[in-house]
Amino acid sequence: MKIHEYQAKGILAKFGVPIPRGEVVFKKEDAKAAAQKIGTPVVVVKAQIHAGGRGKGGGVKLARSPEQASELAGQILGMKLVTPQTGAEGRIVRRLLIEQGLDIKRELYLSILVDRAAEAPVILASASGGMEIEEVAKDYPEAILREVISPAAGLQSYQVRKIVFGLGLPAEMVKVAEPFLQSLYRAFLATDASLLEINPLVLTGDGKLIALDAKMNFDDNALSRHPEIAEMRDLDEETPLEVEASKYKLNYIQLDGNVACMVNGAGLAMATMDIIKLAGGNPANFLDVGGGASAEQVKNAFKILLGDPNVHAVFINIFGGILRCDVLATGVVNAAHDLKIKVPVVVRMEGTNVEKGKEILQKSGLNFTVATGMKDGAEKVVALAGGAR
Amino acid sequence: MSVLVNEQTRVVVQGLTGREGGFHAEQMIAYGTKVVAGVTPGKGGTKHLNVPVFNTVADAVRETAANASAIFVPPPFAADAVLEAIDAKLPLVVCITEGIPTLDMVRVAAVLRSSKTRLIGPNCPGLISPGKCKIGIMPGHIHKQGNVGLVSRSGTLTYEAVDQLTRLGIGQSTCIGIGGDPIIGTSFLDAIKMFNEDAETHSIVMIGEIGGNAEEVAAEYIKAHVKKPVVGFIAGQTAPPGRRMGHAGAIISGGQGTAKTKYAAMQAAGIHTVQSPADIGSTMAAVLGKAASR
Repeated sequence: MKIHEYQAKGILAKFGVPIPRGEVVFKKEDAKAAAQKIGTPVVVVKAQIHAGGRGKGGGVKLARSPEQASELAGQILGMKLVTPQTGAEGRIVRRLLIEQGLDIKRELYLSILVDRAAEAPVILASASGGMEIEEVAKDYPEAILREVISPAAGLQSYQVRKIVFGLGLPAEMVKVAEPFLQSLYRAFLATDASLLEINPLVLTGDGKLIALDAKMNFDDNALSRHPEIAEMRDLDEETPLEVEASKYKLNYIQLDGNVACMVNGAGLAMATMDIIKLAGGNPANFLDVGGGASAEQVKNAFKILLGDPNVHAVFINIFGGILRCDVLATGVVNAAHDLKIKVPVVVRMEGTNVEKGKEILQKSGLNFTVATGMKDGAEKVVALAGGAR
Repeated sequence: MSVLVNEQTRVVVQGLTGREGGFHAEQMIAYGTKVVAGVTPGKGGTKHLNVPVFNTVADAVRETAANASAIFVPPPFAADAVLEAIDAKLPLVVCITEGIPTLDMVRVAAVLRSSKTRLIGPNCPGLISPGKCKIGIMPGHIHKQGNVGLVSRSGTLTYEAVDQLTRLGIGQSTCIGIGGDPIIGTSFLDAIKMFNEDAETHSIVMIGEIGGNAEEVAAEYIKAHVKKPVVGFIAGQTAPPGRRMGHAGAIISGGQGTAKTKYAAMQAAGIHTVQSPADIGSTMAAVLGKAASR
């Protein structure tokens, strides 16, 4: 799960990580008071959306007076912010962070994430603050410092020193960096974060380290033990159909094709998207109905799929194994009947009682095409969707 | 020989009295797996499915000489269950549970490294040596005893591949679902090494997916050390970057872990790559046919 910058900074502050003074505002009218309260000669007005590159899209501006802050807030709130990460459709800005301006001496990069190969948290640091780490990694991989943290021993002082000296910071910064990094690591662990990125981390003229930006993503599997973080979810930042699907605990990702697919199991769901593409079509979504695929879930899944107006045909690909195909087929027939489905539906199923399942589909009088195998199913559904487009 | 499990494997099921654990234990027993014990804290001394239930894994191992565990414990408690099984010195632990927090697995991985236990999963269908032993949730009847070793990050996609092989009359030595999470006990590399050393395994199918670089690491090893033919498929050629495709580990991040780079690594290693998931079985048949006619 993703949260906004101001929310991440709120969490970090609780763990003792220094952040700029700031206020979140939802209305233009509140921007002036926020800027006055912060009281610095310069304040920064920052659009809050779940995507990076906000400055490039015109979502981050400097204001030299509370009046100007208010004026900028009026311009940015409600705007469609397009950044390299949002895609062409952009995001509507609904929240702003008004923050104190800082005397910045250097900008650095810092992040913590779980390294899959090391099976442990790792701190990444680079002297190129403000740049995307992927860009740095591509052009100057040796410029990224990497410290793997032992899950048992924790972050050690020598590791902090390696980072400080590696970034070319003066020796006296070690005593500033130690509590900063320890606080950051504690915040990472305590919240089950999957990514904690400070980009840039700034060194100020008076020798402080401050998190000028903050991005936190969280492990969805751990959210149940962090209800206060789960509450920070901003549904405006998600696709409406994906929000709807998550209510039914369906794993759904909307794509831009016209062939919808409903599959049990994530790997098979990805492979089904791939085979639709190989058959000359374009998948409209990823959808994993789960290992069980009950009749109720099939119905919920249909509702989600048909909510996408681009969908011209649906491919149901279920490898039941232990799941009984007659149960599944009954679920599909009932859902199609209740929801008055008009688009063609191709069903490929495998598992116990598969013949009985096929019979139920054929006798239903509904517009089903029964396929034998994935390839046959993909070819049939792409043809029914009107071929490649 | 098959790898990891055989007719002598004695299984303790952690979470036997739960809905999932009970259902799948019954299926395992029906397949012929020796399920010798269950563990449910507080239900020690009772019986479930005619199998004795113990309070702790240590008790179960002491009383029944179990040498493998199958874990069907809900996600918040699953890491603890794995650690308990490692503590009981079980040589093989298969964790089926999906949804374990990643930082819990970080702790488990640290303990696992200094133990002699082999963990399969989590978030996996388990493993099966057809005709001998099944520890997991896969449908037993689609398998056929034979000489293909199969390793995969997926569940149902593995069944799809197995089904294709069996329909073509190609049997399997062992099929291992290593799981779709970012941190797992047994990697592609581990599984490939075991298959390479197993006399009963003559060829290998590996089914990867986007995210991470485990397929690339295994491909490097195959290039240098594996003479047995390998057929490879990667799911997620059409997956958009930055989105988690169901499995916690299936995500392209920072341009890393794409199907394209994985296919390139497999091709460079001489693996017979398959673009369509419908062609896994037929490609293996063609590879074996060629090998036989040589």
